Amino acid sequence: MTAQIDSAIEAPVRGASDQPAARHSVTSHLQRLEAESIHILRETVAEFRKPVMLYSIGKDSSVLLHLAMKAFHPGKPPFPLLHVDTTWKFREMIAFRDQRARELGLDLIVHTNDDGLNQGIDPFTHGSARYTDVMKTQALRQALDLHGFDAAIGGARRDEEKSRAKERVFSHRSAAHRWDPKNQRPELWSLYNTMLAPGESMRVFPLSNWTELDVWDYILLEDIPIVPLYLAAPRPVVERDGALIMVDDQRMPLLAGEEPRWRSVRFRTLGCYPLSGATISTAATLPEIVREMMASRTSERQGRMIDRDSPASMERKKAEGYF
Amino acid sequence: MSYHEAPTIAATDVPRLEQDDDRPTLRFVTCGSVDDGKSTLVGRLLYDSKTLLDDQLDALASESKTSGTTGGDLDFALLVDGLQAEREQGITIDVAYRFFATKLRRFIVADTPGHAQYTRNMATGASNADLAVVLVDARKGVITQTRRHSHILSLLGIRHVVLAVNKMDLIGFDGDRFAAITAEYLTMAGQLGISQVQCIPVVAPDGDNVVAASARMPWYAGPTVTAYLESVDVAGDVSQRPFRLPVQWVNRPHAEFRGFCGRIASGTIATGESIAVQPSGRRTKVARILTPGGERDRAVAGDSVTLTLADEIDVSRGDVLTAGPTPLISDQLAAHLVWFDDEAMVAGRRYLLKCGTASTGAVITTLKHCVAIDTMALESAATLDANQIGYVHFSLDRPLVFEAYRDDRDMGSFILVDPISHRTAAAGMIDLSLRAATNIHWQHLAVDKSVRSRLKQQRPCVLWFTGLSGAGKSTIADLVDRRLAELGRHAALLDGDNLRHGINRDLGFSSAERMENVRRVAEIAALFVDAGMVALVALISPFRSERELARQRVEAGEFIEIHVATPLAECERRDPKGLYRKARAGELKGFTGIDDPYEAPQAPEITIDTSELSTEAACERIIRYLREHDYL
Repeated sequence: MTAQIDSAIEAPVRGASDQPAARHSVTSHLQRLEAESIHILRETVAEFRKPVMLYSIGKDSSVLLHLAMKAFHPGKPPFPLLHVDTTWKFREMIAFRDQRARELGLDLIVHTNDDGLNQGIDPFTHGSARYTDVMKTQALRQALDLHGFDAAIGGARRDEEKSRAKERVFSHRSAAHRWDPKNQRPELWSLYNTMLAPGESMRVFPLSNWTELDVWDYILLEDIPIVPLYLAAPRPVVERDGALIMVDDQRMPLLAGEEPRWRSVRFRTLGCYPLSGATISTAATLPEIVREMMASRTSERQGRMIDRDSPASMERKKAEGYF
Repeated sequence: MSYHEAPTIAATDVPRLEQDDDRPTLRFVTCGSVDDGKSTLVGRLLYDSKTLLDDQLDALASESKTSGTTGGDLDFALLVDGLQAEREQGITIDVAYRFFATKLRRFIVADTPGHAQYTRNMATGASNADLAVVLVDARKGVITQTRRHSHILSLLGIRHVVLAVNKMDLIGFDGDRFAAITAEYLTMAGQLGISQVQCIPVVAPDGDNVVAASARMPWYAGPTVTAYLESVDVAGDVSQRPFRLPVQWVNRPHAEFRGFCGRIASGTIATGESIAVQPSGRRTKVARILTPGGERDRAVAGDSVTLTLADEIDVSRGDVLTAGPTPLISDQLAAHLVWFDDEAMVAGRRYLLKCGTASTGAVITTLKHCVAIDTMALESAATLDANQIGYVHFSLDRPLVFEAYRDDRDMGSFILVDPISHRTAAAGMIDLSLRAATNIHWQHLAVDKSVRSRLKQQRPCVLWFTGLSGAGKSTIADLVDRRLAELGRHAALLDGDNLRHGINRDLGFSSAERMENVRRVAEIAALFVDAGMVALVALISPFRSERELARQRVEAGEFIEIHVATPLAECERRDPKGLYRKARAGELKGFTGIDDPYEAPQAPEITIDTSELSTEAACERIIRYLREHDYL
């Protein structure tokens, strides 16, 4: 079993070709989104004392990082990357993360909630809600407090989910990291109120107006590297609670009757492997993924186990400080 | 099937958004009163455009049963009311942004709340819109909230409106009633300068005239909502305007590169072209243009670029790079305001004004009028409450580079931030500059502060004595003034009471007038510092924010805050002018320390308590501080 799983680790994927990033003709639609996101990134750097970019290794983070490289060219982004590592990410994600940070010469901070780790919190025995709270939400708050970051840039998009559709580009957090969705600051034009009292912070979402399809189009046209898990390949999966879960390492306890099967699958969103449902697919290249997306009848969050708790679960998690 | 299999498809099956796909994006906003059906209409547009996916439809069906307001039928409003409190109460609190596309266009729709108390969120959604869909309930017609929202749309410069007369089924599809509502709205729109109005009768939950023409209203021959949104021409080309680039950030990764980053607000620019840096007016040429797509020789409005310049001149965040006609530059301007904050507007109070990438302290000097929404009459008023619209004059701490909002949205819009609560207090649209000459530049003076300071052989600064009435500010300042004269230093004493006999004699004691009093004294102190002198200010100046602004008026290290921290009980015991007695007797209102707050400095350079220290000892402590910090 172990040997087979190890073979699933693949090299990072480049976009449409292996040629170095020759710029394709990006549509004016994507150019507008790109210009807006870069404007937001530069505002963040100009207005805050100590910003950080939340790097979750997924496709949105890949786009965000790519935009940051452009925004501050020929310099490097003047902020570090922060990855909140639950220790349950796909191994390919961690390999990809370290490789990207090294290639780009960026400062990468990895934070894990050691308290949660010591208590042995895991997604199987403690349930996704408690696990997410301890290993993601609490961990993020710890990291932001530890380093004193006053602005955290994230890759969330308004088309992902209903409570995200309500959020500002510059979203205020109290000193306790809470979001107050009923009392958001008005946000007109592209003028952002960046004022903070001591201890307060801002979450900044440069991809607010991008859709999932825009993200894939941009990855394709800009040749942006992504984790290979987004492309279909034979992977060992079990079917559980109506989802296909990849057995990424030996920590995953198999239930009676569960036998990992090698199937051609890919992931539309990436997170902790026990909580990320795979999709049966043979789309092994980026153009195939985009085509599949166009024909898809389900949303990307459908594969996320943690959003299923209740219709308002995302809003509640966000209010508590989740990204 | 318990999990979702991706469909098997051939490359040609699907309309691909290929590289050449360039369907334009229309941004629109829905507004109107509570329960007019805004969220339902947006939900219906999403549903009919096949934007919704299977799992979202499943969720909608089950939520419609549990928390819907439509008796188990699909409740389309649940698609956009994304907050728990919204679904619980069946209302919209904040703006939701949703995305959908048809064969001809992409759409970003901002669905906004109808309640008057959430007007700020409606304005948030409308500020970036090209077009507005205004809903009215056919049974109610045009009501106050319709007028308020239309007024805000007009101020925000939205010229295209779809009037969707909803719930036609509830008035029996009465064409005459529709015509009457239409006529009333068109009259108002004409007065507001909204030039393009398309009126459409709809039944949002059933989809009549939303995507498909309604068989139930054969008398209506116009376009459906979708057909109109797909075809309306809202293009306004800012690339034809003069070049304006508000500088966001200076990129200096290494000694050989100094680039100025920003998003081009209007016009175009090419390498080699001559530009001016405003407000200084210095001129240079564009050397290189870096864009997200690489180095280019040209860039246009909307592009986020980094420019390098031919000459090493001083440019920083808040400056504007311009070509062609000089923009408006002034520290006095007139603007329309939509007030948001629950705390009412106070003339004379200082707010932070953010316009483009520039920020400056700003005081509303006059509220010229406030708009009575129902009659559209311009009325005089003393203040603006939340959700009110007014026209004001501003005085700014420093000159701002701007354009009238009607000419340039990016260069003519601003927000006001409350410096204490940090809330966004208002949105503003600049109407005009209040200076006849719009291109007054700072006069670059040959004899500057450093020259004067060398002549006098002293380092200029402000000694700002703050504290309660009777604390001993003037007495100590007077002694310090004499000691400085003995030491051969040039100083001037600005005493709050004495200034009220001269330059401030037109000011009373209202909170606005007291703020203006402090502002003037801060300005005078700064002029003395410019002249190379030591300015001694003795002024209660009870508010932290005011003292902070006085500090910002001079350079770092030139402001020494001295807190004369004599306790209230001791000040009241002394009561040299008998004012505490009067205040306690209720003869004097708003007296600092009694019925008005005093905000003690958090980190003053010097603190003195005269109940522990004699006037002479206090004076010596200040002189010692000046020596130790190289002022003397």
